[in-house]
Amino acid sequence: MKIHEYQAKEIFASYGIPTPKEKLATTPDEIKTHAKEIGLPVVVKAQVHVGGRGKAGGIKLATDESELEKATQILGMRIKGIEVKKVLVAEAISIKGESYLGFIVDRSSQKIVAMASSEGGVEIEEVARRNPKAIQKLYIDPLLGIQPYQMRTLATFLYGDKGLIKSAIKITQALYQIMVEKDCSLIEINPLVRTEDGRLIALDAKINFDDNGLYRHPEIESLRDLEAEDRNEIDAREYGLSYVRLDGKIGCVVNGAGLAMATMDLVKHFGEEPANFLDIGGSSSPEKVKNALSILLRDENVKVILFNIFGGITRCDDVAQGILQARDELKIAHPIVVRLTGTNEAQARELLKESGLLFATGMEEAARLAIEKLRGV
Amino acid sequence: MSILVGKETKLLVQGITGRDGSFHARMMKEYGTNVVAGVTPGKGGSSVDGIPVFNSVHEAKEKTGANTSVIFVPARFAVDAIYEAIDAELDLIVCISEGIPTLEMAKVMSYLRGKKTRLIGPNSPGLISPEEAKVGILPGHIFKKGSIGVISRSGTLTYEIVYHITNSGFGESTCIGIGGDQIIGTKFIDCLKLFREDDETEAVVLVGEIGGQDEEETAAWIRENFNKPVFGFIAGKTAPPEKRMGHAGAIISGGSGTAPEKIKAFKEAGIIVGETPKEVAERVKERLS
Repeated sequence: MKIHEYQAKEIFASYGIPTPKEKLATTPDEIKTHAKEIGLPVVVKAQVHVGGRGKAGGIKLATDESELEKATQILGMRIKGIEVKKVLVAEAISIKGESYLGFIVDRSSQKIVAMASSEGGVEIEEVARRNPKAIQKLYIDPLLGIQPYQMRTLATFLYGDKGLIKSAIKITQALYQIMVEKDCSLIEINPLVRTEDGRLIALDAKINFDDNGLYRHPEIESLRDLEAEDRNEIDAREYGLSYVRLDGKIGCVVNGAGLAMATMDLVKHFGEEPANFLDIGGSSSPEKVKNALSILLRDENVKVILFNIFGGITRCDDVAQGILQARDELKIAHPIVVRLTGTNEAQARELLKESGLLFATGMEEAARLAIEKLRGV
Repeated sequence: MSILVGKETKLLVQGITGRDGSFHARMMKEYGTNVVAGVTPGKGGSSVDGIPVFNSVHEAKEKTGANTSVIFVPARFAVDAIYEAIDAELDLIVCISEGIPTLEMAKVMSYLRGKKTRLIGPNSPGLISPEEAKVGILPGHIFKKGSIGVISRSGTLTYEIVYHITNSGFGESTCIGIGGDQIIGTKFIDCLKLFREDDETEAVVLVGEIGGQDEEETAAWIRENFNKPVFGFIAGKTAPPEKRMGHAGAIISGGSGTAPEKIKAFKEAGIIVGETPKEVAERVKERLS
């Protein structure tokens, strides 16, 4: 789960990491009021879940009234298709240097990795490609936690001055604490700036949370920006389903994430585009099938529905009943192609054929049938 | 021969009195797995389908000689269940539970280092050595004893591929679902090392998906260390970036972990890649018959 910069900054501040004086605004008037209170010059920053907002014109410096007027236009602009509804109005800070400080959970080493870079303000992946020497990387055993020598190593890599090193150690410690206490998958300060008067300030903040950890952090779950997420994905999650919308016309309903991806890939392989990823999970109860279809059909691009259920232990006739029940209750007129493999497959086939659904034995046949139906319509 | 589980497996089921635990304990027993014990704290002394239930893993091991555990408890209790099984010094732990926080798994992996216990999963469908033992939720009837080793990050997609392999006249030595999470106890390479030493395994099928670098690391390792034929499939060619595709580990992030990268790495290592699940079985047949 992602949160906005302003939310991450609030968490930073509560752990004692210095942040600029700043306030959130949702209207042009609010921007002006905040700017007055903070005092010009200010920086106005779009709060959207996309990278590269600076390049897209989503961050503007305002040194006088007319520039502030222009900066209010960030509200309502679209960045990579996403409308800006909130902006952060922050004091402009005179910067002497920029660096990077962050932690991630690393899949390969199965540890927490700390990274410090003398090149702040650019994406760390880019620095890693272009100038890996500018990055100090350390592996932290999550059972031991970050050790003082590791914090010293990071801080002295970034700064030579004693005062700055001391501040950097404090910030590193706080950042690590947030990482482990809040189940983050990524936390970074980019840039961490050094001011003219020798202070360190987190000018930007990014935190991603591990979805698996959210159950023990209701305070984090409540930070979720429901407007920034696809309504259908939110509803699917509440139903215990996993859904991602795509651009094609063949709606896919599959049990299991790997098979769901393979089904989408197969549709593409045969020359059409899938409309979605949808995993209904192991137990494909009638209720789940119905919920899945209700979400799938909100997408008007969907012209054909393709079920791919590898029953395994689940009984196919139960799944077939569920599909029929859902079709009747939701009054679905779309062509439906069903592939079912597993226990009681023959009974399921009978049930579905009598009801006018298209039955396929293999997933290749099912994908082909769905494409034929789509092109025939 | 098979790897990891077989006739010598003495299985205990953690969470045996739960809905999934009791159902699958029965299914595993029916398949022929030697299920010797169940564990549910507070329910010791009872039994499920004739399987005795104990209060702790330690006690279950003492009384029954269990050497393997399968975990069916909800995610929030699963980490505790894993630690309990590690401290009881079992040989193998198979964790089916989905939804364990990633940092907790990182701690488990750190705790496991240097210990005798091996962990498979979490978020795994389990593993099976056909006609010997099934540990987990895989549907036993699609498997047949044979010479193909299968290692996969997924569940139903594995069944799909195995179904075609079995139908084309081949069988499996052992099929392992290593789990769909970001941090897992046993990776592709760990399984390959075991298959390398297993005389019965003639070839291996790897079923990967988007997210992480495991497939790339495995491909590089295979080049130097593995001589048996390897076949592969990668799911998620049509997956958009930065979106979690069901599995916690199936996400393309920062432009890395894409299907084309993984397929390229596989092919460069001499792995025969199927474009569709069925094609994997066809390639196996072409190459091995």
